[in-house]
Amino acid sequence: MSDIVGTGGPSDEKDRPEQAARSEPDEPIASPDLPSAPVLPEPLSPSPHGAPAVRWIYRHTLPVRLAHWINVFCLPVLVMSGLQIFNAHPALYWGERSDRDRPILALDSDFSEAEGLRGVTRVFGYSFDTTGWLGASSDSSGKLHRRGFPSWATIPSFQWLAMGRRWHFFFAWIFVINGVLFGLYTLLSRHFDRDLLPVPKDLRGIGRSVVDHLRFRHPAGEEAARYNVLQKIAYTGVVFVLGPLIVLTGLTMSPRMDAAYPGLLALFGGRQAARTVHFIVCFAFVGYTSAHLFMVAVTGLWNNLRSMVIGRYRVAELGDVDHDP
Amino acid sequence: MIRNRIDRRRFMLRSVQALGLTLLAACDKLSQSGWFPRILGAAEGLTREGQRLITPRMAMAPEYSEAERSPVFPTNGTIDPDNPDYRALSQNDFAGWTLAVSGLVEHPAKLSLAELRGFPSRTQITRHDCVEGWSAIAKWKGVPLGEILNRVRPLPSARYVVFYCADPDDSGLAYYESIDFDDAYHPQTLLAYEINDRVLPVAHGAPIRLRLERQLGYKMAKYVMRIELVEDFKSIGGGRGGYWEDQGYEWYAGI
Repeated sequence: MSDIVGTGGPSDEKDRPEQAARSEPDEPIASPDLPSAPVLPEPLSPSPHGAPAVRWIYRHTLPVRLAHWINVFCLPVLVMSGLQIFNAHPALYWGERSDRDRPILALDSDFSEAEGLRGVTRVFGYSFDTTGWLGASSDSSGKLHRRGFPSWATIPSFQWLAMGRRWHFFFAWIFVINGVLFGLYTLLSRHFDRDLLPVPKDLRGIGRSVVDHLRFRHPAGEEAARYNVLQKIAYTGVVFVLGPLIVLTGLTMSPRMDAAYPGLLALFGGRQAARTVHFIVCFAFVGYTSAHLFMVAVTGLWNNLRSMVIGRYRVAELGDVDHDP
Repeated sequence: MIRNRIDRRRFMLRSVQALGLTLLAACDKLSQSGWFPRILGAAEGLTREGQRLITPRMAMAPEYSEAERSPVFPTNGTIDPDNPDYRALSQNDFAGWTLAVSGLVEHPAKLSLAELRGFPSRTQITRHDCVEGWSAIAKWKGVPLGEILNRVRPLPSARYVVFYCADPDDSGLAYYESIDFDDAYHPQTLLAYEINDRVLPVAHGAPIRLRLERQLGYKMAKYVMRIELVEDFKSIGGGRGGYWEDQGYEWYAGI
């Protein structure tokens, strides 16, 4: 971390790069008169000098950590085996049925003597040349093949629908069981209303939080001890919106489920629409995960990783973290 | 310092890339191993039992209006069986075709197309979901399989209905399928002889194809020539209950 931190003193909060909060405190950042944190105030390590320079909090409980790492295994497999399944018919539609002349999205290919095989992505009737990425891409030997998503994005890497389905449904079960247990845990342990659910006060600060994030000014000190409003929205949204959506749209593609619960079809606008929503939500997961990994890296990679492995998170206490309300 | 940072970033990127490729290669290796797909396959039983638990046994698949039918119902798999006996029957409008129903039954039967049409029929407009991901809607008319079973009277030991088909694949392997009795007696399970008010054409499985509305398309055998009631399908074909099942697809195709 220290390579991106040119930390100044804690004098002017506005100019101080917030990474200072996570940098190794070679220069102790003293804050004698800090109000105690509202969340899990567990000062574990008073500084040897008597001033509480660094405080450890128990950030992630064991169930949260377990659920997190199970998802780390499941999500990539689900996305990549899902793309394998998608490649069996690389087009999306709206409604109940798939009229092949009217796809919303199609990862197609064209062949001409002059140009050879070209990958063509059609979106709402517009065509783009996506050779090498979508529609046609090369295998490990370098030869171009007709293929929706390229081989590096699918499990297995070569076209094998039956095996893709096996991976997908096996890990879907783990993902669903894990998700249900985690959802119940957050509600019963009150992790949900204490830490995850944005409160009106959070929401009022959303504009400033967006600006802060865009300027890479991340909460430091006591503010880092709890989730900020964007984190709350992201985590709540992933667990309680994207999660149920991906499962319900997946189940809507099951003819047996449709027989018993035709309301699923009504909810999503048909089986093919559900397949399209499943695809979109899949990429919402991918987008969330990318943003999540980025934020983990830029807000103190090791501190974040440690807190998700053993639970302990270091909060450097600062003299003047008192943001204006 | 900046140079260092770029080098480090590149190194990190390369490492992540290498790690990804290694994991992907590992997934391929696992897929091709003997033991791992079997573990993954455990999910099939869970899905089957889970779905049975939360869906009524006789829940009816959604039916659609005439207007909701697909303009074109795609053909898939075999569309013209490469089988001289079948070709001969087809050239004669299946006049000499009979459906043999045998195995664990009290009264084995041989039914002509005319006799099948003489049974009470059911007409339904349903959605066909292919394992590949596409769906198409068509109107089907046929005799409910339950009517045939009532005629031949299954023995108590019978557990599965096996369909033998006329279409061999390129290597000569014949198509076959099997279903259990819950599905066999389901009111929407038909031996269909009409699609969209027309006699079932060869491309769609003439003279009869199975309609099994709560499972995926590959279960719905086309070109059905013979039906056998069995206690177990382990000794048939590759032993997994169907042509595609023998190639790794799930026997239970409810999802």
